[in-house]
Amino acid sequence: MRRVLRRREIVADNWRHLEEDPGAASGTHGVIVPLQELRANFSAWSARPGPLGVRIAPADKVEDLTAELERCALIAVEFPNPSEGRGYTHGRLLRTRRGFAGELRAVGAAVKRDIIFALARCGFDAFEVASGEDLEACAQALQRYTVAYQAGAPGSLNLRRRIYA
Amino acid sequence: MYRYDDIDQTLVAERVNEFRDQTRRYLAGELSEDDFRPLRLRNGLYIQRHAPMLRIAIPYGLLSATQLRKLGDIAHRYDRDYGHFTTRQNLQLNWPTLASVPDILAELATVQMHAIQTSGNCVRNVTADHLAGVAPDELDDPRPYCEIIRQWATLHPEFTYLPRKFKIAVTGSPADRAASEVHDVGLHMRRDAGGAIGFEVLVGGGLGRAPAIGQVIRDFLPLKDLLSYLEAILRVYNRYGRRDNIHKARIKVLVKSLGTAQFRDEVEAEWRAASADAPQLALAEVERVRAFFTPPPYESLADIDVTADREPEFRAWYRYNTRAHRVPGYRAAFVSLKAHGRPPGDMTSAQMAALATLAEEMSFGLIRVAHDQNLLLADVRQQDLYATWLALRREGLATANIGMLTDMIACPGLDFCGLANAGTISVARDIQQRFDNLDYLYDLGEIEIKMSGCMNACGHHHVGHIGILGVEKHGEEWYQITLGGSVNGFTALGEVIGPSVPQRAVPETIERIIEVYRERRDDGERLIDTYRRVGLAPFKERVYASRAQAA
Repeated sequence: MRRVLRRREIVADNWRHLEEDPGAASGTHGVIVPLQELRANFSAWSARPGPLGVRIAPADKVEDLTAELERCALIAVEFPNPSEGRGYTHGRLLRTRRGFAGELRAVGAAVKRDIIFALARCGFDAFEVASGEDLEACAQALQRYTVAYQAGAPGSLNLRRRIYA
Repeated sequence: MYRYDDIDQTLVAERVNEFRDQTRRYLAGELSEDDFRPLRLRNGLYIQRHAPMLRIAIPYGLLSATQLRKLGDIAHRYDRDYGHFTTRQNLQLNWPTLASVPDILAELATVQMHAIQTSGNCVRNVTADHLAGVAPDELDDPRPYCEIIRQWATLHPEFTYLPRKFKIAVTGSPADRAASEVHDVGLHMRRDAGGAIGFEVLVGGGLGRAPAIGQVIRDFLPLKDLLSYLEAILRVYNRYGRRDNIHKARIKVLVKSLGTAQFRDEVEAEWRAASADAPQLALAEVERVRAFFTPPPYESLADIDVTADREPEFRAWYRYNTRAHRVPGYRAAFVSLKAHGRPPGDMTSAQMAALATLAEEMSFGLIRVAHDQNLLLADVRQQDLYATWLALRREGLATANIGMLTDMIACPGLDFCGLANAGTISVARDIQQRFDNLDYLYDLGEIEIKMSGCMNACGHHHVGHIGILGVEKHGEEWYQITLGGSVNGFTALGEVIGPSVPQRAVPETIERIIEVYRERRDDGERLIDTYRRVGLAPFKERVYASRAQAA
């Protein structure tokens, strides 16, 4: 079973992506469904007994998430390559503007130790790291900086020289 | 100037550790070239033609004597005894080894310097007027706000992977010595009716491919909203800027494609939506930073005539290389990095050390970097100007050509840069040789030549009175000439004069342009004024007619 970094702990992943588990519609484990598929068959997915997550791509607009946000316990945001930066804004907006309190997970080939710290500062609390990447090193990367000039998400956003633990 | 506290110092130290780890992993083969590239670029490290190039940040162009001495020392120990000052007020080292870069960064951290975000698709070094705080025409000193922006932008978690690089310039003077209108964001300081500080906000300026002049999207932004508004601009850009084509990824392309009005509406809507959670600038923090920029302890002096009975060389230097100061009895003195025969912007370790000492003696221990690749001692007592000149002259830093034709801007070009199509240093040298007579230069008056070795326009060629752009043609180095560009309060992009010319023909082409100017100028008219009055045609005709006859 895949392991992920969640809330600073390395844990077995109790979620599966739809592509990994085509029979997920009736299961009781967590399943992460691409936004387009979730939209297309929302009432069916919504009625699923198990936990539901949604995966959004860089070009998706988080403003458009409405009923999905209510129903989903997890949002996965894609970071397919190192130069793709839209997901950072998705994270910030989901946490601060949309008030999403569930698991915010970074997924994709770019999710490696060198971007973990910034992702966490944008509100991500779970990391499904790139294949081959060292999860232990990713966990350590969360401690890489002890200071920052910007306020992080979630929480207070009006302190510029905040020191956070 | 701003001094690091514990937070600032801790941050650069942690950054050094992070980069040391990344470099170690790369050298050990644990990090691929593709993975290392964006990491090193965000730290100003390029792999160039001959060696890595490290770009060191000089925030808004302000250096202490201690810092300049350290830069000279680093250039001596880790490089070939010199550095290159750039149009972004930074310093580039052309020959460090990759393995030594973490040590260089650690050395920089000891004098409160770093190379964070001097490259990469992120917010770059914030630049400002080199006469900030001393110019008589200034509304207020922009540097405290530059420092606040520097801190806010440093390792900003949301805006680390923008579609493309992002450059901000701030000016407190209508003369706009910071070229702010050709930046992604230009901030012009303003006061409202009650006297409170704010900013006019321009967006979408930039050089490089498809150069554009910044458009005003806000007439007056209150100071407390400075960071939240910048966040709104960057968030709109981060979400909607193009990522499919590197040549169309700058914010200027987004502004053009949406139109200025719609872009402004998007920013304003984002800004209003974010008002609940956006960072308002804490005024206590503004005061804390402003306190670092209070004027130095000027003496109470009167203006005096320092040129009487002095030699003509000093009088020329005084006239061309010094500028008025808002405090009586003082002047700002340029340190020319445009000695004929030297690459524009280059400075040796020995010159850096000597200038550091001179700054301690003569100018409160501070040095400025101007975007036109000269340095400046901003606070020299007029009675010390002669001694300052003698000291600068000993070091080869007193060429009295500031603002003249040989005070050229030039990027490092093909000799160093992996992006360049053509050389710049040898062309600059040929032009300097052709126009080596200072009295002739003084007769020609103010002429700005700006040269880039490729379309990326690090040498600002679009806004040179005469712009020179290196292009590659059948494997040879050719040069496209433009006329009529300018910044400094009246921003215009130059017009291409005609087909590009081979390298050997560049000095002659410049000379033909100068000939037309000398024949056509009215009294007191600069080249740029004559060009605006008579247009491109007479220049074009002469340049190409003469080439045809010569052939």
